[in-house]
Amino acid sequence: MAKELWKGNEALAEAALRAGAEAYFGYPITPQTELLEHMSRRMPKLGLTFLQAESELASINMVYGAATVGARAMTSSSSPGISLMQEGLSYIAASEVPAVVVDIMRGGPGLGNIQPSQGDYFQMVKTAGHGDYHAIVLAPSTIQEAIDLIYDSFELAFKYRTIVTILADGSLGQMMEPVEMPEFKEWPEERPGWALTGAKGREPHTISSLYLGAENLEKLNLRLQKKLAEIKANEVRYETLMTDDAEFLIVAFGTVGRIAQSAVRQARENGVKVGLFRPITLWPFAEEELMAMTRRVRGVLVAEMNAGQMFEDVKAIAQGRIPVQFTGRMGGTIPLPDDILPALDTLIDSVRSRNGNKPEPTRAREVSA
Amino acid sequence: MAIAEPITQIAPDEPKLEEMEIIYQRPEAVAETYTHYCPGCTHGIIHRLVGEVIDELGVRERTIGVSPVGCAVFAYRYFNTDGVEAAHGRAPAMATGIKRAAPDKVVFTYQGDGDLASIGGNEILHACARGENITVIFVNNAVYGMTGGQMAPTTLPGMVTTSSPYGRDVKLQGAPIHITEMLAMMPGVAYAVRRSTHSVAEIRKTKKAIKLAFEAQLKGLGLGLVEVLSTCPTNWRLDPNESLNFIRDNMVPIYPPGDFKVHDELKKRR
Ligand SMILES: Cc1ncc(C[n+]2csc(CCOP(=O)(O)OP(=O)(O)O)c2C)c(N)n1
Ligand code: SF4
Repeated sequence: MAKELWKGNEALAEAALRAGAEAYFGYPITPQTELLEHMSRRMPKLGLTFLQAESELASINMVYGAATVGARAMTSSSSPGISLMQEGLSYIAASEVPAVVVDIMRGGPGLGNIQPSQGDYFQMVKTAGHGDYHAIVLAPSTIQEAIDLIYDSFELAFKYRTIVTILADGSLGQMMEPVEMPEFKEWPEERPGWALTGAKGREPHTISSLYLGAENLEKLNLRLQKKLAEIKANEVRYETLMTDDAEFLIVAFGTVGRIAQSAVRQARENGVKVGLFRPITLWPFAEEELMAMTRRVRGVLVAEMNAGQMFEDVKAIAQGRIPVQFTGRMGGTIPLPDDILPALDTLIDSVRSRNGNKPEPTRAREVSA
Repeated sequence: MAIAEPITQIAPDEPKLEEMEIIYQRPEAVAETYTHYCPGCTHGIIHRLVGEVIDELGVRERTIGVSPVGCAVFAYRYFNTDGVEAAHGRAPAMATGIKRAAPDKVVFTYQGDGDLASIGGNEILHACARGENITVIFVNNAVYGMTGGQMAPTTLPGMVTTSSPYGRDVKLQGAPIHITEMLAMMPGVAYAVRRSTHSVAEIRKTKKAIKLAFEAQLKGLGLGLVEVLSTCPTNWRLDPNESLNFIRDNMVPIYPPGDFKVHDELKKRR
């Protein structure tokens, strides 16, 4: 199929439709609004449900409602809107209904700005609402990857009856790239057995997140944890670049993961044996794979568009065996190779001093005279 | 759920129950189970009325109820229909999602005054604005029942609650919200009325109203809303009978029962 030029937000919307989205509820917020607008143009023509909600509080609860009848429902927003959705996300997780949520992150905290950011890693990866649960969090680094990930999202959401989020920063939502759009997926007409379809010829179905009594609620939690363990065992995705002989490792996700590729290539040109580890599922995180790699390399640099959020997870995985350092930009500034390479040199220097100052002449960043 | 051995005979010299003509029984749409409502609470009466209406309209098998957060949080267990439990105040948003994704279903929310008029004010307002084809049963007992009787937006002026211990001072805490009158102004609302539970006559009128609110949905006319004045003996610190009198003497003057909006299509039927 010939490649077409698509804007990230619109590509995500179109790919979600082709993945089988039936109902979309959302509220405008930059830098994701084109996703909502695309849905508003396309869905009525396809005979699907599009509704602009009065707030993100409402939109996520509309998704919740549509999900209870077994519809493939989704919403999209950006950081402040996702904050408002936390309540609904928690109810959805506890009720174990499937939902797809796109978060095109912008600079925070507060109203912040509309520039790209990865400042909501904690928010999405750690629970996305109150209580013990995780959504599946998919972090694309290109528009094609965003398409491919959202194309799988409803299957994942229905397979595990869970929330699937696409976590990307504003630059990915706003940029344009040549991509291939997949075909429309076929879904069975019949609703899943748990869905609310009316108590016709059967006992009523109820969907609730209320469990009175500590024992009952613990049972739900144990069930959720079992499901999360299953997701962890089956759904980890990541990508590596030049890690086979790597002495140093950069860990970065999303847009930074992509920029880090250039940094790795430049450093290699200067003789530094560095590789890239890019988690694609931020939850479940590729813990074992990264742990294995931290046993082979001498130091790890985490690069993010925040103050060091995934950094905490990488440190925990490395368990203090090797230096793990961080470089990042905030407030809507995208870190470039020029930010990453000096940080890599600092890491190399600290490994060197740790090892008793053995001579190591290589510099990741070419030092210009 | 079976709750006890069925009674088959009331007294030895009375006829067997199965030989008697049934003139009153649990509606099919109401589940056979205990509820957790306090003695004298009229939530149970309102449940029964909703159940009777669902039976009479023959829609039980395609009804989905949306429970609130509040004393009626378990309503999804008390109706013999499919049901969900929404977050506090979000029932109209959830009902919107359900109705939009499954338009053939009959969808109703059952909400308290804290749920609908306070935390969920925006959700009900916009469900009305959009004219969602849903039915809303709005139970006004002038307090937050479930959390132990705090002040609600509907609390009467001067009324003592656990969070207005000196009586609601309208200068400090605002005046009661007449949300049904407000919502009635919106074009998307097909039916908006207030009824009460303090006497048999009022209960009968409440049932008729609930039926019309469901019929509005079945005819696709827009949102149907019935506010029902209801007791909370536990938090009002009154006995059940005094509670009914409290509605009559104290609530009715502030919240007069009446029709604020009746779609022409529904007038024809009455
Ligand atoms: C977000 C949120 N805030 C607060 C609560 C606590 N809460 C539970 S029920 C309730 C009040 C319910 O009162 P009302 O809607 O009047 O119904 P009633 O119990 O009187 O029938 C409150 C505040 C909650 N569950 N969720
Ligand atoms: S607390 Fe009040 S509203 Fe709640 S069940 Fe008891 S009497 Fe009814």
